[in-house]
Amino acid sequence: MVRSERFASVANHARPGNLTMRRGPSWFNLVSITLGFAFLYLPIVLLVAWSFNASKLVTVWGGFSTKWYAALLQDEQLLAAAWVTVRVGLLSATIATVLGTLAAIALVRGGRFRGRTMFSGMVYAPLVMPEVIMGLALLLLFVALRFDRGFWTVMLAHTTFTLSYVAVVVHSRLVTFDRALEEAAQDLGCTPAQSFMKVTLPNIFPAVLAGWMLAFTLSLDDLVIASFTSGPGATTLPMRIYSQVRLGVTPEINAVCTLLIAVVATGIIIFSLTQKWRTGATARAAA
Amino acid sequence: MTGRPRSRAVILPAVWLGVLFAFPFLLVFKLSLSDSALAIPPYAPQIDWSGGLAAIKAFLGALDFEMYARLTSDRLYLDAYVTSLKFAAAGTLIALLVGYPMAYGMARCKPGTRNILLMLVILPFWTSFLIRVYAWVGILKPEGLLNVFLGMLGLDPVSLLYTPTAVQIGLVYSYLPFMVLPLYAALERMDHTLLEAAADLGSPPWKSFWQVTWPLSIPGVVAGCLLCFIPMVGEFVIPDLLGGPGSLMIGRSIWMEFFANRDWPFASAVAIILLFTLVLPIVLYQRQQARALEAGR
Repeated sequence: MVRSERFASVANHARPGNLTMRRGPSWFNLVSITLGFAFLYLPIVLLVAWSFNASKLVTVWGGFSTKWYAALLQDEQLLAAAWVTVRVGLLSATIATVLGTLAAIALVRGGRFRGRTMFSGMVYAPLVMPEVIMGLALLLLFVALRFDRGFWTVMLAHTTFTLSYVAVVVHSRLVTFDRALEEAAQDLGCTPAQSFMKVTLPNIFPAVLAGWMLAFTLSLDDLVIASFTSGPGATTLPMRIYSQVRLGVTPEINAVCTLLIAVVATGIIIFSLTQKWRTGATARAAA
Repeated sequence: MTGRPRSRAVILPAVWLGVLFAFPFLLVFKLSLSDSALAIPPYAPQIDWSGGLAAIKAFLGALDFEMYARLTSDRLYLDAYVTSLKFAAAGTLIALLVGYPMAYGMARCKPGTRNILLMLVILPFWTSFLIRVYAWVGILKPEGLLNVFLGMLGLDPVSLLYTPTAVQIGLVYSYLPFMVLPLYAALERMDHTLLEAAADLGSPPWKSFWQVTWPLSIPGVVAGCLLCFIPMVGEFVIPDLLGGPGSLMIGRSIWMEFFANRDWPFASAVAIILLFTLVLPIVLYQRQQARALEAGR
């Protein structure tokens, strides 16, 4: 790496500490980015627009109106489903974060142990497993155990499939974490558990939090697994939306989606701002 | 690989995943060997633990491969498997063609811009997938936005909803972030001084791309393709909302067998066969992950 470092610093105006030079995007790059993002965001922009459209039709603008949001507040079934979804999400995300973090630690710190391949396989398989298969399998488990389907079965199911995502996020952070810090803490008298809680965990916390947010969002959004594993009285929001969508277009759905987008966008913005604040604070503290 | 795990953190997730992820697949397999029945739950035989060894023997004797025989004799399911694989392959390829330039463009931007773009790629992924697919209904339906747009250009309206094309568009749209993110990660890590060196040695940009950039991005390409292809095969929501009879995918047929026909054993057999067809890509994916794990240590 040393030669390219010198090359980079001698050649055109490399920023200090930056090993790679970027010439900046070409016009082709900019066009690809613009078209790609336009494709990605078109439905979202339309949904937001439709949610404020006084007309029910998607091609006619009937004037600005918030009546669909008002109708949303009247829709008891939708609100009940939203409440179930939020509770399932909070609980399953939290448990999934604990289990996923443990799994990541086991994979990074565990060394070559017997059964590691199988364990790693079990952790990563849900990432690519089609949801219908997972949903079916989990349902059969609950039936075999005579576990009545409802809130708890959905919660268990969501925890199971989201913990893989947490594991991936935490793993990529844990791998770059310098163990010397933990070893220093242990040299100073901490037990391994203490050094983990006081040194490692605070350091990898952004990744753990990102994992939690990811697990929460995935749970909020899941239709297939919830449909298989849920029961009476525990209809989730996606299940409700799906059954309504099959019957026909109701603009309240657009209002729900816009609200979800607003909540998630706010969450992400707050998250990245706190990240910037944290790294800024750390830099200031180090200076 | 020998030895005991050096970290006790493995216990809890291993037990959880073993009980809630691995073990249920055995149940699916066992159910695929059963027959459907008018009972709750709707299958027979059901094991009677109190009956002792004789009951277990009777149980095992009642299992058969009847469901699999039915599968092979009915062309509908064979067609559904093939259709699913075709859709997934085409969808993955198109996502690659659309996503690669996007990821490459993103990797070429300044760090500040790159982070904003990364956030913008992730944001749709975090909003409701179901509703974003549903938005395409409004775009593609006969009186939808696409035809209005074509009408403004003076072109004839097209009828895309409930066709295979609509399913294809939906698949590419929904899985695009899964393709862009691993590609971006691989391209962003690439050392651009290699491209500088190639240029200094007289290589034109397109050649530098094929001989330097592309080979280095292949791990990202493989990860992105597997992350898209495998779930696409079993996808349910997109063909259900956007597709018609000509685009029956296997995820949808499992759902229908299970919920509409209440034929749990048959649905299980269909699911087991799907799992077998996906074993090879899943193993490839696991091996790639393991290699990435090793590289990261």
